[in-house]
Amino acid sequence: MDNRIDQRFKLLKSKKESAFIPFITAGDPSLEVTRGLILELERCGADIIELGIPFSDPIADGPVIQASYYRTLAKGLRVEDVFRLVKDVRKETDIPIVSMVSYSIVFKIGVEKFLVSAKESGFDGATIPDLPVEESQALIRSASEKDFRIVCFAAPTTTPDRMEQIAKGTQGFLYYMSVVGITGVRDSLPKDMKENICRLKRLTDKPIALGFGISTPEQAKIAGSVADGVIVGSALIKELERNIDKSPSEIIKAVGQLAGKLSAGAKGRV
Amino acid sequence: MGTGVAKSVTTQKLVNEKGRFGRFGGRYVPETLIPALEQLEREYLAAKKDRDFQKELNYYLKEYVGRPSPLYLAERLGKRLGDVKVYLKREDLNHTGAHKINNTLGQALLAKRMGKRRIIAETGAGQHGVATATACAMFGLECEVYMGEEDMRRQSLNVFRMKLLGTNVIPVKTGSMTLKDATNEALRDWMASVGNTHYILGSVVGPHPYPTMVRDFQSIIGKEARDQILEKENRLPDCLIACVGGGSNSIGLFHPFIEDEGVRMIGVEAGGIGLKVGEHAATLSYGKVGVLHGSMSYVLQDDDGQTQPVHSISAGLDYPGVGPEHSYLKDIGRAEYVSVTDAEALEAFQACARSEGIIPALEAAHALAYTMKVAPSLDRGSVILVCLSGSGDKDSFEVAAKLGIKINSPAHG
Repeated sequence: MDNRIDQRFKLLKSKKESAFIPFITAGDPSLEVTRGLILELERCGADIIELGIPFSDPIADGPVIQASYYRTLAKGLRVEDVFRLVKDVRKETDIPIVSMVSYSIVFKIGVEKFLVSAKESGFDGATIPDLPVEESQALIRSASEKDFRIVCFAAPTTTPDRMEQIAKGTQGFLYYMSVVGITGVRDSLPKDMKENICRLKRLTDKPIALGFGISTPEQAKIAGSVADGVIVGSALIKELERNIDKSPSEIIKAVGQLAGKLSAGAKGRV
Repeated sequence: MGTGVAKSVTTQKLVNEKGRFGRFGGRYVPETLIPALEQLEREYLAAKKDRDFQKELNYYLKEYVGRPSPLYLAERLGKRLGDVKVYLKREDLNHTGAHKINNTLGQALLAKRMGKRRIIAETGAGQHGVATATACAMFGLECEVYMGEEDMRRQSLNVFRMKLLGTNVIPVKTGSMTLKDATNEALRDWMASVGNTHYILGSVVGPHPYPTMVRDFQSIIGKEARDQILEKENRLPDCLIACVGGGSNSIGLFHPFIEDEGVRMIGVEAGGIGLKVGEHAATLSYGKVGVLHGSMSYVLQDDDGQTQPVHSISAGLDYPGVGPEHSYLKDIGRAEYVSVTDAEALEAFQACARSEGIIPALEAAHALAYTMKVAPSLDRGSVILVCLSGSGDKDSFEVAAKLGIKINSPAHG
């Protein structure tokens, strides 16, 4: 059987649509809300869920996601809780779920054990932002055997020879960081974005998803017009943060509404 | 491990082209930083071979820093400890009062060579921040330093010094508000500013090439000390002792002695107030292998890989990681790592002041505390070489507070 991520991109390709990939933190503000959010995001037009596993020292992430991680870790969230959550939500949805996880966590748990547990719980892949492509070869091989996708990153600063290596190594899709720097909300998208994506498309047939700094439906529309997928994280977490004192159903509704608009943008319907 | 027995290692094997010390080191950072690290590595290797660069660096080390720093025989201390010879490598006498300037001058020169006019740095105790601010002032580079809010409180004097030197000190309010969080913030800044900015990392930690490059800049400590002890004693020391936080002064002292098999090398970590999680910062003594801040090394983490809280009386040792080369030296048995408590360090701080007229930094007081512990078990006449990595002037208020003495200081109300 095909991996869910591959299936989804195949389907979207036939519909000539870009994927909308929202990012949320597992356990923020509670596992119950995360569970509800995954289902709500799917209803609101998400194609793939990127689920962040909280880490104490997330160097690739900006203040919004870091604060979200801290809130969650302060409540004592463990990685096994995240696996349990995905296992539970899998009973109700077939949406592809990709974990965003630091190599510090993967290494500590053990590469093999992490891959097996993630796959068994219902994750379809992982992005490991602090594991550069040259360090990920063995991990990618092992993941391949398990039909588990390791999504690699490319950045505007990536040199052409590395770009080739990354395009070759990545699985499921390629995560292109549209700006130099950390995740977060920005006012504009960089000009060289389109050019860089075209360069990548010449190197690979794999879908390319754009992330980092996309926060409005208009930006999602621009991103969706050049890339095969649009990833939005900080803007959604910010919306969650704004509503954090409300009831679980209100939080889920608020984040879902924003996701709906972003999804429409990513699919060119605004 | 007995004295003088050590496995043979060659410097050749110590670091490979991927920045690995055995299994330690490497480069675990977001893709955005990889090209910058590759550029830095290329430029550094070129500079290392460039005679003009080395000449310029040596000029500043001599004329500006005041090198070579003295190797001073602490006679009264040695006699008290059972007739051993304790030599203190006086890095506290460097300009800015610590060994940190050896590295910041080197990296600032490198930044100039790379055409990067903006410098960022992280700092714990503030010594590295001051040393970076100093080098930037002297070379006319723009400088911003990330510092945890908790550390800014503990080291307000150094914050003021940095500001005087024209540096913008950015308070870090995330996490534990100490060195590790300042390091996270500096890395984040660099990811967004890598085009015009060089990040002067202050210790032998982080992604390759930092552990190697910083070690090379700090090796001046051990090179000088080796020449000096041979001149004074006509033999190598029996034992080297230095404190280890990230581990830059200790690796700087150890590195030139690594192939001298008879020389024992002891790194002293911060034992804090106890052995429980959050009570110490003794990474090599109690940590496990993991990944933090871009490299694989011993770290203090929980079973999920989350960084654990650390404590030390000394802000410079208050760090949950350690340089990968130390991890390697530990694993192959070439160096030993021990820890002393806050209380022992505080006692050594005062003992050194009284018996030698030298007020050591609290970091260096850890090395002295272990010296006082181990000396009585050594043969009479043993030669111990201790790295006095910094001056204790910066710690006066903190120590006074710990001793229950009120000093009238505007900084502390």
